Amino acid sequence: MDDQLMTERRVDAHEIKITARGVQVYYGEKHALKDVDVDILANTVTAFIGPSGCGKSTFLRCLNRMNDTVAIARVEGDIRIDGEDIYDSRVDPVQLRAKVGMVFQKPNPFPKSIYDNVAYGPKIHGLARTKADLDRIVEESLRKAALWNEVKDRLKESGTGLSGGQQQRLCIARAVATGPEILLMDEPCSALDPIATAQVEELIDELREKFSVVIVTHSMQQAARVSQRTAFFHLGNLVEYGNTSKIFTNPDDPRTESYITGRIG
Amino acid sequence: MTDATATTSPQNPARPAASLLQQTDRMKRRNAAEARFKAYGVAAICLSLSVLFIMLWTIFSDGLSAFRQATFSFPVTLDAERLDPNGNRQRDEMMRVTTIGYGGLLNDNLIAYLAERGIATDGVTDKEIAAFISRDTPARLRFMVLEDPSLLGQTIRFEGYATGRIDGYLKGRVTREIAELDVNVSVAQLDLADRMVEDGLLSLKFNWGFLTNPDASDQRPEASGLGVAMIGSAYMMLLVALMVLPLGVSASIYLEEFAPKNRWTDLIEVNISNLAAVPSIVYGILGLAIFINFAQFPQSSPLVGALVLTLMTLPTIIIATRAAIRAVPPSIRDAAMGVGASKMQVVFHHVLPLAAPGILTGTILGLASALGETAPLLLIGMVAFVANYPAGPLDGGILDPATALPVQVYSWASRADPAFIERSAGAIIVLLAFLLIMNIVAIVLRRRFERRW
Amino acid sequence: MTVTFLILLLLVFAAAGFFLGRGRALAAAQGDARRLHSLPNYYGWYGAIMAFLPALAVLTIWVVAQPIFIERQISGIFPVEQFAVEADRILLMADIRRVALGIDSAVAAGALSAADAIALNVESDDVRARLSEVGVALGSAVTAEVLQAAQRYRELAGTGALFRSIFTILVAVLALAYAIKITHSAMRARNRVEMVVLGVLMLASTVAILTTIGIVLSMLSETYRFSTMYPFGDFLFGLTWSPTFQGNSQLGLLPLLWGTIYITLVAMLVAVPTGLFTAIYLAEYASPRVRSVVKPLIEVIAGIPTVVFGLFALVTVGPFLREWIAEPTGLGTSGSSVMTAGIVIGILNVPFISSLADDIMNAVPQSLRDGSYGLGATKSETVRQVILPAALPGIVGAILLAASRAIGETMIVTMGAGASAKLDLNPFEAMTTITVKIVSQLTGDLEFNSAETLVAFALGMTLFMITLGLNVFALWVVRRYREQYE
Repeated sequence: MDDQLMTERRVDAHEIKITARGVQVYYGEKHALKDVDVDILANTVTAFIGPSGCGKSTFLRCLNRMNDTVAIARVEGDIRIDGEDIYDSRVDPVQLRAKVGMVFQKPNPFPKSIYDNVAYGPKIHGLARTKADLDRIVEESLRKAALWNEVKDRLKESGTGLSGGQQQRLCIARAVATGPEILLMDEPCSALDPIATAQVEELIDELREKFSVVIVTHSMQQAARVSQRTAFFHLGNLVEYGNTSKIFTNPDDPRTESYITGRIG
Repeated sequence: MTDATATTSPQNPARPAASLLQQTDRMKRRNAAEARFKAYGVAAICLSLSVLFIMLWTIFSDGLSAFRQATFSFPVTLDAERLDPNGNRQRDEMMRVTTIGYGGLLNDNLIAYLAERGIATDGVTDKEIAAFISRDTPARLRFMVLEDPSLLGQTIRFEGYATGRIDGYLKGRVTREIAELDVNVSVAQLDLADRMVEDGLLSLKFNWGFLTNPDASDQRPEASGLGVAMIGSAYMMLLVALMVLPLGVSASIYLEEFAPKNRWTDLIEVNISNLAAVPSIVYGILGLAIFINFAQFPQSSPLVGALVLTLMTLPTIIIATRAAIRAVPPSIRDAAMGVGASKMQVVFHHVLPLAAPGILTGTILGLASALGETAPLLLIGMVAFVANYPAGPLDGGILDPATALPVQVYSWASRADPAFIERSAGAIIVLLAFLLIMNIVAIVLRRRFERRW
Repeated sequence: MTVTFLILLLLVFAAAGFFLGRGRALAAAQGDARRLHSLPNYYGWYGAIMAFLPALAVLTIWVVAQPIFIERQISGIFPVEQFAVEADRILLMADIRRVALGIDSAVAAGALSAADAIALNVESDDVRARLSEVGVALGSAVTAEVLQAAQRYRELAGTGALFRSIFTILVAVLALAYAIKITHSAMRARNRVEMVVLGVLMLASTVAILTTIGIVLSMLSETYRFSTMYPFGDFLFGLTWSPTFQGNSQLGLLPLLWGTIYITLVAMLVAVPTGLFTAIYLAEYASPRVRSVVKPLIEVIAGIPTVVFGLFALVTVGPFLREWIAEPTGLGTSGSSVMTAGIVIGILNVPFISSLADDIMNAVPQSLRDGSYGLGATKSETVRQVILPAALPGIVGAILLAASRAIGETMIVTMGAGASAKLDLNPFEAMTTITVKIVSQLTGDLEFNSAETLVAFALGMTLFMITLGLNVFALWVVRRYREQYE
């Protein structure tokens, strides 16, 4: 596989973070994802688009093995992060998820204080040696999530008391605090109003500097606004993958074009 | 986090770029904690299940022997001279011969039979041989003769109970070590019992009497049975079912389908959920004060027991019934209303039949819990010693004194003779058998009529 | 006519009312049911209801009111001074009633002729002996006054019964006649019948309220009587419990309350960790197959009658603890102890806590679990730091409900905790609880005018208050918790 990595690297300026080859996912009898090959680049926002039930969220959840928590799900194929097979029996999914953070569709802050929400990850992974360390991580994470100024005076208040957009940014801060290298976002704006959406989108663009971001979205406009690379999924197949500008202006596959112009989906 | 010994923590708060294929030390510790936590769960389940199994095992090992009974079987010559001194077969005159007279006759026959079979009785006096036979046995022989005087003068093969100690010896409960300390039984008697068993004179037989006899006094554990308790429990269950089903269903229909949402119905709802959690003994106090002291219903009667158990199970039945009614989808009500049925017709023609399996299941489970309830029955006098069968249900039997299965378990358990512990455990086996049957019926009902909306 | 016979008669009237009403309606519509407002059967039901219900109401009121009226009349025979104490009057009335009923049953059994019964007198007849022949046992010989009162009672009861029958039948006939008279084709029979049915349903729903009122009233009145015989302050704060038959008993609540609390504490120490870990394992770890086997097995524990656990405590757990722990460590020599009862009650409460906690943890949204797993938390970290804190209010509610059950548990403590009331810290000593003493004071031959008996009602009141308080609070907590995630 190493030589393959080398050839891919020449194609783009950024190095390849995730390689997926021949990924198949079954939910019980249902074949939810069919033979997906993708390379995801570092320091890039990659968008997965496609109609509902096309398998984009399923694939996203393969990347940090969240599908393990679904009893009937079965994943086949080869997914590598930095060249290491994440489905190797030696890999602890818990350790993997610290490296691959995730933000969910609905904001899901824990019913704890804002501070404790952000500190949760660093605490369980032992990233801070002292209270001061932890304070610093919490502040940095909240700053990265562009939430610090809004909440710095009420860190002890419950995270569930924030507005929807603030809650989602809190969840991003929470994911950032564990120091991941990859950030997975599963329709992070679908439960938000337009203003909050704009704030989160702006944030995603900034996060690109430190992480490689993979975002699943329903909205083509959003994919066009925030991503550099776009993958189009349809009925469990990866139809087309490439630079966002190319996918949106000059897609190779007629199905992609139908979707973009609103004929299917 | 003030873990000063942590070595994996880097200067940078970001994670170290370690390989995923190697577990960090911290990860190993966290996984160990995970395994421990999971083990606590397994341990908790094992604890409660093993207690359950130990309990059932001890109950069955103590109680199964109650279904067998050491029984004598030997020929008895019914000497007409002794049992009917006047020789005229008149019942009134024959009644003058008491059980003591019959006891003497049995003893003489037993001693004669031992001599005839050549069973050595060394070290055992005639009086001690007499002590082998339960005090219940002469009474049964007397009853038999009074019913059928033509038996007089004949030699019949008679079966009678042995006393509790001999019974216990045959079942392994009484040992020679215990006998040495016991004034009621001697080692020589046990030796004789061994020889009787060898001869076939004495043996363990299936004990129908345990299921049919009424309770017996402290000195005669071998004669006690569950007859009265089972009749009492059966009467109570019948009455509870007759009262609780219409009451519970009516109340549930009203609350679920007709009641306006206001303070009064709120009060009823809160009240019902609180009543479901009131300790059962409080219902006993209620029964004693209202039904016995105020309404003057007879003490120890199944009627009062049933009233108390009805009030006690009503809240649970209402909760189950309302859940069953709520499970009927509103579309069915809308459909019936749409063709012009009145609300009442909708409920009685559509909702109630569809909810019936759920209601029935809930009622059976409620009855099962009522069947096992003991504490309130103690307070309304059902713990009393009742040696007579209550009359039939239509002859006012529900007003006659009776006991109930779980109460019998309690009253036997609190007697001094260890033979009653065996009976108590045996009664539990009968009680559990009934509960099992009721639960199986409920499960079958639920499976069979499970709705697929 | 007996009440049973009257009710049967009313049922016959109701059946007649059904056919009369139905027939009348059909006749009014010239046999064409389509011209009626309601289905013909509704007219029938209306007739039946009218024939039955008003008369039944009259009968019920009569049955309740007649004894009260007769007692008033009879009390007049006796001088007023004799009833200085209310309890004496109740006892006397009970005597009179029994003599009267005894004479009645003697007549019914043919032991006395009706004329002989009226001619009975204390000088020439041994009334007590004659009554015992027909199976009515009297506590003492019958005095002339009681016999006279009993005869008056029979006379009044006889007249009452006659008028009762006449009046009931009259009401039934009149109401039925009215129903038939107003039945015509446009009458809204269905609406009328449904109103009655609704009334019956509503009445049934008030039974729960009546039960509560009954509980509170019966205990309040007897507790009040108790407080007139024994200083209530001494009951609430007394440190000694030693009832005696001669009077001057000490009836202090505190030793019983301490025993109750101590045993509940031990029970909770067993039940809470076991129940919670069981729930956690079943909710978060167990595979569906394991769950489908283990969960029903755990629930079997809840279905076993408490008296079975009582016997288990008495025969197995008690001796085991005594021989293996209490005696070797010199802590006690009794099989019945706080530990015995507490451990067994604890096990009994495991399924209760585990199934409530299971429900509550399942109500915690999956998104919180996902959030935690997505951050790289293990299952145990997720349970301890996210699910349990989120479910905490509900779990606290469940624990309080379990504690209330443990406090009210009767059979296990009666058989496993012992009967000696003391304030002690050693858990291997026998102690006793409120429920044990309610049972022991209220079984056997009772006299309802001594403080030793009536104290049981005060104990019951205390128990009711404690458990009610806990329940109300716990249900409130659980309900508020449920609302949080709905």
